[in-house]
Amino acid sequence: MQDIRDASMRGRNTEGRMVARPLSPHLQVYKPQMSSTLSIFHRITGVFLGLGALLLSLWLACAAASAAAFAFAQGLVDTIFGMIVLFGFTVALFYHFANGIRHLAWDAGYGFELPEMYRTGYAVIAACVGLSVLVWIIGLVIG
Amino acid sequence: MSGTKNPGMMRTFLGRARGSGSARAGLDHWRAQRLTAIALLPLTIYFVISVLVLLGADQATMIAYMHKPWNAVLFLSLIASLFYHLHLGLQVVIEDYVQDSVRRVGTLLAMRGLVILFGVLAGYAVLKLAI
Repeated sequence: MQDIRDASMRGRNTEGRMVARPLSPHLQVYKPQMSSTLSIFHRITGVFLGLGALLLSLWLACAAASAAAFAFAQGLVDTIFGMIVLFGFTVALFYHFANGIRHLAWDAGYGFELPEMYRTGYAVIAACVGLSVLVWIIGLVIG
Repeated sequence: MSGTKNPGMMRTFLGRARGSGSARAGLDHWRAQRLTAIALLPLTIYFVISVLVLLGADQATMIAYMHKPWNAVLFLSLIASLFYHLHLGLQVVIEDYVQDSVRRVGTLLAMRGLVILFGVLAGYAVLKLAI
């Protein structure tokens, strides 16, 4: 880079005024694909599950604190909102779990060909939906 | 690759790979992320089953559950692997999105503090229930 102004994307137009230099569109124009979409969702579900881990800590802390505290925590989970949040975490967990296995397979060297990538991608989506629904059916039957 | 300069030299693959790349670091992070991920495969299955078993539980049920040594040990293993994996994952996310170097260091430290705090809280809660 010859000129530091390149880094800040600023320059002068023909009238001499300082302007923000135009950048090429990327996210606005690039077609979302199986590869990029599943990848960003792995990151999104990962961060979201991090929030879930914090809530898990608090839930366990309530259980350790007192019967009243835990009853309160369980009461929060038992609401419509609680159930929606719990379902969200279920889907995030099974997505991250399935796609995580796909990542581990890549680390071992398997599945890099384009058709394979698409096949395993569809498998991840199917596993996520299937496992989420299955576990929730079991949960609703038991509880 | 330094390991191939002297083919007769005995080196492990890890020994050869360490220190490669422009940053000269990061292999240990990569490896730890994969190892915690592998540990979390069976532990997650155990966790999902535990949640189903503990649906609608009261505190007495939780205490009885954690008093069983396997449950306490597996939960503690889960918590350790989970929070370490979480830390590694959030680290790369912050490194990607926070450009200012001062802000990045601060954010990383704050994240690490929170993750450790909540990890210790979870571990403490399980021990309190179990003992």
